[in-house]
Amino acid sequence: MDNGLPRHARAVVIGCGIVGNSLAYHLTRLGWRDVVLLDKGPLPNPGGSTGHASNFIYLVDHSKEMTALTVESVRQYREMGVFIQSGGIEVARTKERMQELTRRMASAGSWGIEPVSLLTPGDVKEFVPYINEKVILGGFYTQGVGVVDSLRAGTLMRDKGQAAGALHVAPKTEVVGIDVEGGRVRRVRTTQGDIEAEVVAITCGVWSPRLARMAGTHIPLTPAVHQMIDIGPVPRFRGAKSDIEHPIVRDMDTNMYERQAGGDLEIGSYAHRPILYDPEDLPPVEQAALSPTEFPFTQADFDEQMQHALELMPEIVGDESVGVKYAINGILSLTSDGMPVLGESPDVKGLWAAAAVWVKEGPGTGKAVAEWMVHGSSEIDLHSSDIARFHEHQRTRAHVRARAAEGFNKTYGIVHPSEQWASNRDVRLAPFHARERELGAVFFEAAGWERPHWYESNGALLEEYDDQVTHRTSEWESRWWSPIINAEHLAMRERAGLFDLSAFTIFDVVGPGALASVQCAALRQMEVPVGRVVYTPVLSPNGGFKSDLTIMRLGDEHFRVVTGGAAGMSDKKWFRDQLVPGAELADLTSSMTTIGLWGPRARDILESTTSDDVSNEGFKFGTCRVIEIGTQRVLASRISYVGDLGWELYVPMEQGLMLWDTLWEAGRPHGLAACGIGVYGTTGRLEKCYRAHGNELETEYNVVEAGMAAPRVKAEDFVGKAAHLRHREEDPAAMLCTLTVDDHRSKSGEKRYMLGREPILTRDGKRIVDRHGRGSYVTSAGAGPSVGKHILMAYLTPEESVLGNQLLVEYMGERYPASVAVAGATPLFDPENTRIRA
Amino acid sequence: MRIAVCIKRVPITGGRIVLTADARAINTQHLGFTMSPHEECGVEEAVRLIEANKGDSVVLTLGPPEAVEQLRDAMALGIDRAIHLQTDGQEWDGESTAAALLDAIRADETSNGPFDIIFFGNESADSGGFQVGLRVAYALNRPCVTGLKRVTLEGSSVRCEQEVEDGRDVYVVPLPAVLTVKEGLNLPRYPSVPGRMRARSKPVADVTPARPAPRLELVKLLVPAGQGRRAESLGSGAAAAPAVVDVFQKAGVL
Repeated sequence: MDNGLPRHARAVVIGCGIVGNSLAYHLTRLGWRDVVLLDKGPLPNPGGSTGHASNFIYLVDHSKEMTALTVESVRQYREMGVFIQSGGIEVARTKERMQELTRRMASAGSWGIEPVSLLTPGDVKEFVPYINEKVILGGFYTQGVGVVDSLRAGTLMRDKGQAAGALHVAPKTEVVGIDVEGGRVRRVRTTQGDIEAEVVAITCGVWSPRLARMAGTHIPLTPAVHQMIDIGPVPRFRGAKSDIEHPIVRDMDTNMYERQAGGDLEIGSYAHRPILYDPEDLPPVEQAALSPTEFPFTQADFDEQMQHALELMPEIVGDESVGVKYAINGILSLTSDGMPVLGESPDVKGLWAAAAVWVKEGPGTGKAVAEWMVHGSSEIDLHSSDIARFHEHQRTRAHVRARAAEGFNKTYGIVHPSEQWASNRDVRLAPFHARERELGAVFFEAAGWERPHWYESNGALLEEYDDQVTHRTSEWESRWWSPIINAEHLAMRERAGLFDLSAFTIFDVVGPGALASVQCAALRQMEVPVGRVVYTPVLSPNGGFKSDLTIMRLGDEHFRVVTGGAAGMSDKKWFRDQLVPGAELADLTSSMTTIGLWGPRARDILESTTSDDVSNEGFKFGTCRVIEIGTQRVLASRISYVGDLGWELYVPMEQGLMLWDTLWEAGRPHGLAACGIGVYGTTGRLEKCYRAHGNELETEYNVVEAGMAAPRVKAEDFVGKAAHLRHREEDPAAMLCTLTVDDHRSKSGEKRYMLGREPILTRDGKRIVDRHGRGSYVTSAGAGPSVGKHILMAYLTPEESVLGNQLLVEYMGERYPASVAVAGATPLFDPENTRIRA
Repeated sequence: MRIAVCIKRVPITGGRIVLTADARAINTQHLGFTMSPHEECGVEEAVRLIEANKGDSVVLTLGPPEAVEQLRDAMALGIDRAIHLQTDGQEWDGESTAAALLDAIRADETSNGPFDIIFFGNESADSGGFQVGLRVAYALNRPCVTGLKRVTLEGSSVRCEQEVEDGRDVYVVPLPAVLTVKEGLNLPRYPSVPGRMRARSKPVADVTPARPAPRLELVKLLVPAGQGRRAESLGSGAAAAPAVVDVFQKAGVL
């Protein structure tokens, strides 16, 4: 073409918003050349959400991943000279919010955001003299909050890429097709000609689903309205020397924010009804009155918000001379779980996404995704944002809209860590779901599955174990929790428990190349006899944890991978990516159901249902084989995530009900209890110090630090091997430890129980930071009913990783003593593992 | 003093205008709505006059149910109350619009006395008929001055200034009068937040006039060639200079 558009590119990045500019720049920074950056709109503002963003950045989020991306973004914005620090105050109007602000303080401590402080209403007034301090109870101040010029940042990044001769920028170039051949992206077709491309990245914000569809895949997000008005001129801001001179205020309880914008005040809201669109509803650039993502303001949706703003800032908002100069329904991206959509498509090789990213995390995301594209993994763990995380139903328009609508008003919400979604439930039901209902199951959702978290019918166990069950009096810790969980746990430890494990993701790797494929993915040796079960970390190229899962060898050329529902889909993509010629992967998740049977009586129960040998000699720990239970052939796998004798039992989905009924009947004489995931995922696991992906196991920590290094490393190559070998030679920067809380009494005398993610401090209240800059925080927290302690896991520096070392954990604004109970991986309960090997 | 302002709900255009498939209307799928810009000045003038002289101001519109948004907009700026002549969304021609407004104005005047001034926009921003104000004035047998860029109260008269080539024509007419105004008459204020909030509870009287058979029929709309051109940013600061020079050179002015 004579328009200068290259015909070939190493990478085509589609979309010149903050994300596309960042990604393209970081790709060139990491050494890629022939990068082409396109947008259908003009520059510097092509008309997407970046162009109308309020551009302010708050640093503290309860999500570690989101905070890390934001902090990195601010670092880059500062470096580019486009960041103005203003400070920010989240104000509370309610007592519940004041408590939440202490949680914000804790998250700031966990993620290392300093300085932060809690303010009295009077303090807030000092910072923000135009606030009505009488309607607030206090505030949470973050000094590092500020505003950026995101369009300028984009321009600077494009300039750098172009100056290096590595980037070609093509505005007003609309993509009309993305060609996929043999499962791999081949070329991008545009209004200015075609470009053959090795990789293509979709960074088109609200338009991304449309582009993904061109390639036959999904980017599950929805365009949604965020209302914003600009009022001015504000007499107090007359003569403002910069865009912002007062802290940005987030009025958390009304889901609103107010910020100075030069001589004006900008008021934004997440309080209105969710207003969702489809990408097809967005007008073409030339038909948009303002920009394609600035929709006409719907005044009625903002009426209540005006009242709230007036209450909080009457001096400005109530001033008759201050007019509403600009008001829009700004369009931004929402997803079903509030996290971005990043990474390579699970459907199309070479097709990447970086979407549903806001200005505050844009450059950090661009850098992380560029690292992922170039190196295969990123410094910041992105598993919560991985595009491959979605299960099929989660990619539907209806699911995205339902959850985005439900989540929208939680943007500034007080969200409990275990809070469950209300919309689009009952999508995936275990075959014995009706039985669980009869038992009064309280269902939590995992990957769309309805999983019993505990059973109300087990209330009777509370009396039986009255002396061992801890009751919680605080409403916050009692929410989404029941003491019945602890009673179920004790019943399992004493007799036996029956667990619904239907949410497992299960896939087989088969064929002549199967062994080589799983060897490549797994840290542990997979060349094992048929019938062995191997629990193995799966490493990312940097030697951190991509996942952890179990693999059963069912035949010479047949391996069955079992992993959790949450990571299941990204694990599946990971294994598919490691397949060598002659290997195939088949997803059996919806073909198989799994029931767990554990406890000292598990063998007695199983024995009574089968004529097969399930004795310790006949069926050793770490092995699997098919046994007959009545008329069913059941794949039994003798492993445990709760630390007790027993099996995972796999049958075809349609036979699950029969298996449940058989085990239930056989178990009654032995006092079998149905047990929920509260036991499986928390109490049973934590007593055994078993690590969980997403909690202890992330790409930011390595196998040695997690205390999971085996004596030897297999000779075969595997992903992350070089890094792993290096980690084994180094002194670990941190060690995963198990702590127990020594005293739960708060100042008011009420006993409090940490739920996870709280900062761990030295005895004199200092943060513990390792030599890589990683702070110590609680990776998992929960009761250990059999050890009579509340258990915390945390990575500590080697100096602090000393048995009996006394530390502090910060929770809800107070500090509680905790001490190191285990340094390393030795279980707290049954350290010799006699139970699982009984 | 009593003042009425008649307004019309029209689409906000800014981008390229797209017609519906039958070419009889503008496709408003992506558009917001406002009152015609001339009428914004009429509202502003009415508000200023009442602020200065006290009295009662009324905004009227003939339009679909959603046109209440424009009535609230006017009341947010300070108009006291509204009369909404509701339609089912069909376009009314100038003659029938004027007749319906006339009925509403007469009804209001019967109860509350004559309006000293009735403001209209010189023409609506969408159909641009230039009809309604004149027809209402004629029917009421009141003086009417059109296309005004300045309005000054002078006792029981009003001084009206029209912009004409090379100057202004000035008329002084006795009240009550009908005035049609143009953008530039004044600089309309933005609504304040308290104004917006007050507007929510100001009274809107609903009337549902019957639509007479139109004598003027819209056959088809045409989009004039060359519309939808957009401004383009050439950059900012000193860095934009080369691009500006380039444009000037191409235009032959450098």
